[in-house]
Amino acid sequence: MDNSRVPQEKTGVLAWAAANVSRLVISLFVPVVTFIVLWQGFLFLRDSNAPQVVIVIVSILWGVGGVAMLYFITNYLVESLPQAWMHRLQPFVFVGPALAILAWFLAIPTLRTLWLSFFGPRSANFVGLDNYIFAFTDRVMLETFRNNLLWMVFGTFFCVSFGLLIAVLADKSPYEKVYKAIIFMPMAISFVGAGVIWRFVYAYLGEGVGIEEIGLINAIVVAMGGQAQPWLLLPPWNNFFLIAIMVWLQTGYSMVILSSAIKGIPEEIIEAARVDGANEFQVFFQIMIPSIQTILVAVSTTVLIFSLKLFDIVRVMTGGNYGTNVIANEFYLQQFTYSNTGRGAAIAIVLLVAVIPVMIYNLRSFSERKAF
Amino acid sequence: MAVHTSPRKKLSRFLIEMTLILISIIWILPTLGVLITSVRNSQDIFSSGWWSVLPHKAWVETGEFRLDENVDVDGPITIGKVTATFEELRQGVEDGNKKYIWFGNKRTRLIKVQEQQWQFFYNNYTTENYQNVMTGREVRFKDASGAEIVRQGSNLSGAFLNSIAVTIPATIIPILIAAFAAYAFAWMNFPGRKVFFIIVVALLVVPLQIALIPILQDYTRLGLTGTYLAIWLAHTGFGLPLAVYLLFNYIGTLPRETLEAAFIDGASHFTIFFRLILPLSVPALASFAIFQFLWVWNDYLVALVFLGDQNRVLTYALAAMVGEKGQDWHLLTAGAFISMILPLTVFFALQRYFVRGLMAGSVKG
Repeated sequence: MDNSRVPQEKTGVLAWAAANVSRLVISLFVPVVTFIVLWQGFLFLRDSNAPQVVIVIVSILWGVGGVAMLYFITNYLVESLPQAWMHRLQPFVFVGPALAILAWFLAIPTLRTLWLSFFGPRSANFVGLDNYIFAFTDRVMLETFRNNLLWMVFGTFFCVSFGLLIAVLADKSPYEKVYKAIIFMPMAISFVGAGVIWRFVYAYLGEGVGIEEIGLINAIVVAMGGQAQPWLLLPPWNNFFLIAIMVWLQTGYSMVILSSAIKGIPEEIIEAARVDGANEFQVFFQIMIPSIQTILVAVSTTVLIFSLKLFDIVRVMTGGNYGTNVIANEFYLQQFTYSNTGRGAAIAIVLLVAVIPVMIYNLRSFSERKAF
Repeated sequence: MAVHTSPRKKLSRFLIEMTLILISIIWILPTLGVLITSVRNSQDIFSSGWWSVLPHKAWVETGEFRLDENVDVDGPITIGKVTATFEELRQGVEDGNKKYIWFGNKRTRLIKVQEQQWQFFYNNYTTENYQNVMTGREVRFKDASGAEIVRQGSNLSGAFLNSIAVTIPATIIPILIAAFAAYAFAWMNFPGRKVFFIIVVALLVVPLQIALIPILQDYTRLGLTGTYLAIWLAHTGFGLPLAVYLLFNYIGTLPRETLEAAFIDGASHFTIFFRLILPLSVPALASFAIFQFLWVWNDYLVALVFLGDQNRVLTYALAAMVGEKGQDWHLLTAGAFISMILPLTVFFALQRYFVRGLMAGSVKG
């Protein structure tokens, strides 16, 4: 395609432009009109007092239509250029918006956050490594590290082992689909929604005359002769009650992935082991686990990263109080509650550094695949 | 292989089913509790657990009487066949199948009589809780002791519409942009192609916290904070690496001959993209679309930072409810259920595609 360039075309961009004045005018006119239409849409959405339904519909059309229109217009412009220029520029019409957005929203912010992390609360004075000293020595931060470690160790362990257990058991059941759908369902629920669901499970009404506990856990405890407890206010155990929520939410993920990995193990290998007299436990530990090792590691890594960045559950359940603070919540507090941009930025960098090994692993396995 | 099932095998089958049923029950109970609570009468919610809608034996009030004026309330009090102090009576004293409970303080002298009866059906279901959270106006309800409470409504119907206005474009826009980019990476030649793609792979796991501070600064400068555009762009940015990566993996494996035939027919890249590539990529597009839809609908952090109280979405409104009305379970449960309806529907309708997307993608930032 690219070698279709003809030598004469290189010389005459100006001559070509002169010969195509009308096309040039249209080429300028079209983007201007597009811009005006989109700008009017933006002003309407920002200032209008129309009923909400109308605004919602207009905004969806404006947003989706606007992006599609921008592609059509830029492509139209590029295709009306001389062949050589068209071939040179068209790939950037396709890939340019994606690269621009990635640069604006991820690549450059990483550097800007790194820069901000060396400055004080209002980004005015240079403080050197002070924010990092805070991030690694402050009592509050050390508590978040401890809690994140709990999340990463216990959260990941229970998510993956429950997922594996259910995947293996369900594989032998005729009602596999039903069980899997039930375990998988919480994946569709937001962390905030899950927060409400589990606050209700842990609900505590307190002592008093004629009070009947309406929280499931406390009702069970009372029915078994125990004393109702405010579960979320009991450090350090409350961390585990919060981790239970993540296990509830994320076990479905590991179950689905591991289940398809198990189904991928050739039946003959397992049958051969059984014929040789291996019992089900030996089959599980000596055949299944080694065959799905790679996927097991991948799933664990995903859940691990997930528990490292966990925010919503803690935010909604305890706000990080009562010894349940985590890194991402402290980031939010520093940045948006205490307005300490420097410290917030330093905590974000700490999170980034923690995932760099995974990033390197991803890059290495990508270059090994030779997809390019 | 043995054709007949031995008793041992039967037993192990039974144990497997039992384990799975037990786990499933544990998994479903929390959601079931919220669903049931959300349709119960608000006053009942405060006085009994949601499981009381199941058939059970309960104390039912059958009558009341006042103690005689000359009974000494400070000493032992005899009612029927039992004798108890005031404190014990306040807790309730059982007499055979009857139970006496002192109502109020010592001066009321009011005793309520309860009897145990089977309750098979709970018939106090209501949709009032849903109406009360949907509206933005004041709502009134009664607590356990019957006192009237007034609350500002949470206007979840508005939040629901906002969530739709945020989620639909924030799902479609990144797909469109990523599909264009994936096509370019797979089928076009341009300088920096490989380097750019390596950057995309590197950005896959970058935590989005890293971007929040600088982007918020930009938005404040541009006057975009709180607008739909701001949150669409943010979700597009955070979703793009995964989208480009997934779609590249798919579009790159489409058969080369199909495209070449189209080129020979004189079709441009743009035409091929819209006429050929997009229709062929529907499974991959659907996988990512569900992924992104659930992610955006359920997102709290990005909405909290970039939208805040302007254009509140459901997660934000629900989290605010937890803060303001942490004990109003009839409102909270109804609110939680409203926030779950759409993602659950999408999820169960398109589960197949979602699972496929999960398999293909590894980690999202």
